[in-house]
Amino acid sequence: MIEVKNLSVDLGDFLLKDITFDVKQGEYYIILGPTGAGKTVLLESIAGLHPIRKGEIWLNGKEITNLEPERRGIGVVYQDYVLFPHLSVKENIVFGLRLRRQPRQEIEATLSWLVELLNISHLLQRKPGTLSGGESQKVALARALSVKPAVLLLDEPLSALDPGAREDIQHELRRIHDRLNITVIQVTHDFEEAVALGHRIAVIGEGRIMQIGTSEQIFRQPNSEFVARFAMSRNIFSGEVRDGDEECAVINIGDMEVAAVTELRGEIHASLRPEDILISTEPLKSSARNCLHGVISRIDDRGSTLLLTVTVPPEFICLVTRHSFEEMGLTEWKEVYMTFKASAVHIF
Amino acid sequence: MSHGVLSVRRVSANKMTITFALLALVIMLFVFLPLAKTIFSSSPTMLFDSLLDDKVRGAIWLSLYTALLATVVGAIFGIPLAYILARFDFPGKRTVEGLIDVPIVIPHTAAGIALLFVFGRNFLAGKAFNLIGINFVDSVAGIVIAMLFVSIPFLIDSAKEGFKAVDVRLEKVSRTLGASPWQTFFRISLPLAWRSILAGNVMMWARGISEFGAVMILAYHPMVASILVADRFEEYGLDYARPMAALLILVCLVIFIGLRAFAYSGEKT
Repeated sequence: MIEVKNLSVDLGDFLLKDITFDVKQGEYYIILGPTGAGKTVLLESIAGLHPIRKGEIWLNGKEITNLEPERRGIGVVYQDYVLFPHLSVKENIVFGLRLRRQPRQEIEATLSWLVELLNISHLLQRKPGTLSGGESQKVALARALSVKPAVLLLDEPLSALDPGAREDIQHELRRIHDRLNITVIQVTHDFEEAVALGHRIAVIGEGRIMQIGTSEQIFRQPNSEFVARFAMSRNIFSGEVRDGDEECAVINIGDMEVAAVTELRGEIHASLRPEDILISTEPLKSSARNCLHGVISRIDDRGSTLLLTVTVPPEFICLVTRHSFEEMGLTEWKEVYMTFKASAVHIF
Repeated sequence: MSHGVLSVRRVSANKMTITFALLALVIMLFVFLPLAKTIFSSSPTMLFDSLLDDKVRGAIWLSLYTALLATVVGAIFGIPLAYILARFDFPGKRTVEGLIDVPIVIPHTAAGIALLFVFGRNFLAGKAFNLIGINFVDSVAGIVIAMLFVSIPFLIDSAKEGFKAVDVRLEKVSRTLGASPWQTFFRISLPLAWRSILAGNVMMWARGISEFGAVMILAYHPMVASILVADRFEEYGLDYARPMAALLILVCLVIFIGLRAFAYSGEKT
């Protein structure tokens, strides 16, 4: 278990102040925040790579605030892999083991365990410069796991990857976490990623932690304007996908059915951008596969645009321009129709 | 000739590139002609004869050897400074960086005088070193510190750029994998900056060999090659100094072409 208490870090332009959170043994913990919120610095502080102005860090009941990074047993994986360019993949992975002067058989055993875990046997003799993004990230993960860290810190591990590799590595991360039952702290700016991977999410912004909770709590009950803005950038649902008629799949969300384009089946998350939902006062005849009927339960005025919360149930957040809003004469409790394409529903 | 090259490579030969090529040709001739003329106006027999001259051989050897010593000392003290300058910000860093480069811009005879004021027999460091039997005036040690003083900026600047080019997060990852700061330096930072450091060493050695002014002030004797050439020119004239000069140019060319090829081998351009 890792505890961060009242941590303050000086970043030159601004401060991380009074950061307090705790991560349970085996938990997959997400720190969610916009770019430039100091997330990387927070991770580096936990790893001992950044001077701390104030506060404490505890790992498994021991204070490690001022311990050197090499004595902490905390692994770090960066967004852009940061593999040692002068060493082969194999030398990268065993770097930490060689430092410990482990016997050869032990090093070989750990290596083959990692190679099997991440399925990278074909890469061992290559140089990092020749690897794809996804391959590089697997090697970086293997290298971090080689020394059996108590905590694995992941700094936007998916952000530099193309969509295919991203799905692949996201799947790997969950699998590795489940298999090793390792404590993971991952920072990201992507709400979907946070929902897909995290047991709990801490939303960070303006140098502070704004809210901590499950994805459900963050999304349904944002405690501040800041968190709401983050959460409202997407509609997120969980449900079950099954085969629908024709080419579309059907997701059951509560009592409601939504068509989507996906190969996935079973328990999933789905996201839908507020700007992809068309609002009308009459049912629309269109090529879009989804048309739902609901009631406007809340209106957030954002100036030139407005965010409508439409309750079916569940609740959908929809974006309309002020012009359309006024033209349709929308008010709270008015019944509306929401139309969106099956392809606008992202399954993850 | 330059026109031919341009048209063959199908570079669009506009007026600007033609003008630049002509100007470039002038400066290239300016550098190459004197060197080539010195070498080729001495017959191979004359070069060989001067190589048989013990004094000439001794002077060239002394130049190579003292410049190498200066480079080794420079590396031991300069590489840590280069690393600090590349990695840390501290008050007065710019001043330090500026001071390091001062030996490049001051006249080297003045540098020699300045060194004499510290390392001369009657001065602070000179006295201290005298206690352990090292004397800097008219000695090998004097040649070494003269060369060290004027050539150290090349090593420090090059090594600093080399360290700067190493992503600091590589060092951070190394630490999280259990490496101490020392292990991280020797396994990550140094190997990755190696090429720049080597290039800096080569530059420093070359600058040491070619040094005249500061060495002349501190240690006219024993004579290094550059001083012997000047000495012969002063005493016996151009014809007598030329074969030795040619030999010196040749030796340096061979060494530096070889070392550059080694230092830059495998580097993608």
